[in-house]
Amino acid sequence: MKLSREEVLHIALLARVGLTDTEVDRLSEQLSNILENFEILKQVDTTDIPPTAQSITLQNVTKNDEAKDSLPPNEILANAPRKDGEFFRVRAVLE
Amino acid sequence: MTTNHNQLTIHEAHRLLKAKELSSVELTNAYLERIRRVEPEVHSMVTITDELALKQARKADELIAAGSNISPLTGIPALIKDNICTKGIRTTCSSKMLENFVPPYDATVIEKLNACGIVVVGKANMDEFAMGSSTENSALFTTHNPWDLSRVPGGSSGGSAAAVAIGEAVYALGSDTGGSIRQPAGFCSVTGMKPTYGRVSRYGLVAFASSLDQIGPLTQNAADCALVLNAIAGYDNRDSTSAPHPTPDYTECLATDLKGLRIGVPREYFVEGMQAEVATAIRTAINELGELGAGVDWEVSLPHTPHALAVYYIIAPSEASANLARYDGVKYGFSYKDAENMWDAMQKTRQYGFGAEVKRRIMLGTYALSAGYYDAYYLKAQKVRTIIRREFDQAFEKFDALITPTSPTVPFKIGEKVDDPLQMYLSDVCTLPINIAGLPAISIPAGFADGLPVGMQIIGKPFSEETLLKIAHAYQQATAWHKMRPNL
Repeated sequence: MKLSREEVLHIALLARVGLTDTEVDRLSEQLSNILENFEILKQVDTTDIPPTAQSITLQNVTKNDEAKDSLPPNEILANAPRKDGEFFRVRAVLE
Repeated sequence: MTTNHNQLTIHEAHRLLKAKELSSVELTNAYLERIRRVEPEVHSMVTITDELALKQARKADELIAAGSNISPLTGIPALIKDNICTKGIRTTCSSKMLENFVPPYDATVIEKLNACGIVVVGKANMDEFAMGSSTENSALFTTHNPWDLSRVPGGSSGGSAAAVAIGEAVYALGSDTGGSIRQPAGFCSVTGMKPTYGRVSRYGLVAFASSLDQIGPLTQNAADCALVLNAIAGYDNRDSTSAPHPTPDYTECLATDLKGLRIGVPREYFVEGMQAEVATAIRTAINELGELGAGVDWEVSLPHTPHALAVYYIIAPSEASANLARYDGVKYGFSYKDAENMWDAMQKTRQYGFGAEVKRRIMLGTYALSAGYYDAYYLKAQKVRTIIRREFDQAFEKFDALITPTSPTVPFKIGEKVDDPLQMYLSDVCTLPINIAGLPAISIPAGFADGLPVGMQIIGKPFSEETLLKIAHAYQQATAWHKMRPNL
């Protein structure tokens, strides 16, 4: 399984990770090697085997709907790169 | 004050504090002094919280003076891995992305430890976002193994393990997604446990791979491990995968003989390419368990073990790619300022905020989850995950515990594997199947090969932490490997 430059760039776009040309080349090679190693799974017969998403056998965990105090906005916003009053400031989504 | 206090176990420190032979302030000062002396060589700490530590120590001394009924952890210095949220203390995940992030809340484990009146001396270095096996992926600096400063301490909880080994803290917390507590514990010759998935709350642990992550203790011996586990285990309704099972007193299981215990040795864990001296050390340790009364079956087989690496490196990066989508430069963390528009800002924030390994795993996970590849990679891996779990279930019908090496080699040289991700991934080959199956496992010191630590891994069925502690404690009563400390 060889991953082309175009495929690497496509995945980078899906993941919204900017990459330099050098990184694209390196990832193309490294990810190809890793994916080749995954081929070993093809040897395993998984007919009628259900998937495991997590190992604890709990289902439908619910909580009581209780009103509780939230953290104060100024504490939450203390880590915000850009803020405006009590709001996170974001760049325009539609331009 | 002598530096001897840096060799104290929790049990010993607690006894001295309670008998008023030592104050928490004296104890804490000894550790802070030790930190100042060895930190320039070991580099295990991202943040040193000396003011906070002394404040907490004074408070502990007041409690002791007032004759209060103190916890075994009261007034005892601890180090916290830097992916566990600590209110008001920078929590970086050793990433540029969170270099200046100060959590507005405490993780559940921190709330629980604070309720015990502990002393926090700082936050431990790690591989960025817990992705790695050596701390070389830390965006801040690499931690050095105190047994040989030219070698890695293991990872990702490398700072936690190195600090306990060299006496910068009496114990530490780490997190383990594929071996990140056990492998560094093995590499630094300390005791490290990954509890059963769900045993310890993940609330406030910065998420890497949510179905695999678990917080656990790194201590100097199994008896101390039991004390820390007592403090941090238990149900938490803020973590929807928290287990409702009752929490026993883990100190009650500590025994000195292992009569009637059935131990299996899965042959697939003595892998090709494993260092011969490591295999020899582990076989010797297993024989010791036999002498303590355990029945040992050397011919156990878990045939799908060789598939675990691929399963792990599909599932963990897939979950990581989703969890790390939150780092968009808007709510907290690094944010690229000079962007042209929203998408450019997001891409550049992630380009410059994440290091090479984190980007590699996000890319790998995004690929495995992307249209056309989901069934072939992610779904297939989840199905093989079921097979691996079932194999363990079957083995535990016959055995109380399984024993393997923690790692196939002794600690490797800094720089040796940084350019070859697959080789780095292989250093977790003995530990990651346990996370896939959600089992508890502990790594304990089991000797040395070429003068470097060898760790033995004891694996149990879900919620059998008591069995693991019993075996580990019995072994540590009969051997002295865990008492050996590096000279620095």
